[in-house]
Amino acid sequence: MSKVRVLVGTRKGAFILTADGKRDKWDVSGPHVAGWELYHLKGSPADPNRLYASQTSGWFGQLIQRSDDGGKTWHQPGTPPGEVPVPGPPKAVSNKFVYDASGETGKPLTTHQWYDGTQHPWEFKRVWHLEPSLTDPNTVYAGVEDAAIFRSTDGGENWHELSGLRGHGTGPRWQPGAGGMCLHTIILDPKNPQRMWIAISAAGAFRTDDGGKSWKPINRGLRSQYIPDPNAEVGHCVHHIAMNPTRPGVMFMQKHWDVMRSDDAGDNWTEISGNLPTDFGFVIDVHAHEPETIYVVPIKSDGEHFVPDGKLRVFRSRTGGNEWEALTKGLPQSNCYVNVLRDAMAVDSLDKCGVYFGTSGGQVYCSADAGDSWNPIVRDLPGVLSVEVQTLP
Amino acid sequence: MIRVILPQHLRTLSHAGSEVTLEVESPVTLRAVLDALEARYPMLRGTIRDHVTQQRRPFLRFFACEEDLSHESPDAALPDAVASGKEPLLIIGAIAGG
Repeated sequence: MSKVRVLVGTRKGAFILTADGKRDKWDVSGPHVAGWELYHLKGSPADPNRLYASQTSGWFGQLIQRSDDGGKTWHQPGTPPGEVPVPGPPKAVSNKFVYDASGETGKPLTTHQWYDGTQHPWEFKRVWHLEPSLTDPNTVYAGVEDAAIFRSTDGGENWHELSGLRGHGTGPRWQPGAGGMCLHTIILDPKNPQRMWIAISAAGAFRTDDGGKSWKPINRGLRSQYIPDPNAEVGHCVHHIAMNPTRPGVMFMQKHWDVMRSDDAGDNWTEISGNLPTDFGFVIDVHAHEPETIYVVPIKSDGEHFVPDGKLRVFRSRTGGNEWEALTKGLPQSNCYVNVLRDAMAVDSLDKCGVYFGTSGGQVYCSADAGDSWNPIVRDLPGVLSVEVQTLP
Repeated sequence: MIRVILPQHLRTLSHAGSEVTLEVESPVTLRAVLDALEARYPMLRGTIRDHVTQQRRPFLRFFACEEDLSHESPDAALPDAVASGKEPLLIIGAIAGG
């Protein structure tokens, strides 16, 4: 029988939740790397037991953790061959994220716009998102703050920036959102290894068609009232983008305000907020088998980062947007004031698609019936930063 | 023999005990001690000093002999009591947050 493994990053460590295909009885392990912020964990599609995790701290900086046994044990990548990764001191320096400003492959380290409109130097702060290659367990991409994309081809030990994005030319017009100037979304095209998409708060969405050498902004159709030119080429606060891998190029976006879709790989976007109670939010995801079924969790506003009316509601559209239904069965419908952050929703690929999300209040909810009903897997974790799920044989 | 006391999270990370002892040749400076510490525990590179600038991370401070050495030159000699091992060098994380 198939299994699912849910990878949860929280403000105080990582947790791994496992269940069989019924998804009604769960084993919880953790906290792993206790006490640190785990911004994101994700498993390799090519080797499900290979997991990568972003361990970060305002005090001590950025580290990468790796598991080669499905999350039972963790180590910093790069422990020399022949040495047991754990126990014992790790020998690796897997935390070196340095912008590539070299003459051969890099771009000059310029400035971006600061909150007050002045220019500010690019400074590395943390890894927001890790995206393992679809085919090679040792290749993984990292989206970082201040916004840039890095790649490792040796299992997370050494990282090199794909500097064509930061050096794309519009950098001086990028600016940080409230959470920082983060590259938070990386989507790989399963049918075209040269193509990927990324998104940055607050710069917008970008696409490469040459394996990351060059990038172009893909924000036509986005309209953001909070910037001087609402239709600008860059400067939009994109919160998250999702894509069903069976239909590359059909993209769904939760922007700061507005839910959007594109049917041409991001070249053009149209609004699909429809009857949502508010179109502010962070997460968005797509049903594994129904590519026109999408999920969002509306948040009251950019000033009040909690669900509206004290009700935790997932909204589902089965028409690719515009027509939305509230999913409430099993979710608190009074006195609830949690947030759901941008990387904190995921879907599994079992026959009856499972949907998962985690909250700032430490709950992780599962729906084993595509959103019709929900149950908490855990209720009292530290605030949840990210949720990913692996469907295992 | 130089004694260094690490903050809790770096003890966990390095699998070191609360106090690390290091051999450092004279002159014993902050830079020399941190170089020796990072040579013994490579995973600590970047966690105390920035990888590129080698500057102290903003939320960390260095203390010894009841003095704040955080803003001293990294090439200044540490107090004799530290160089002799009588007193430890303390690396302390700012006490803030949840």
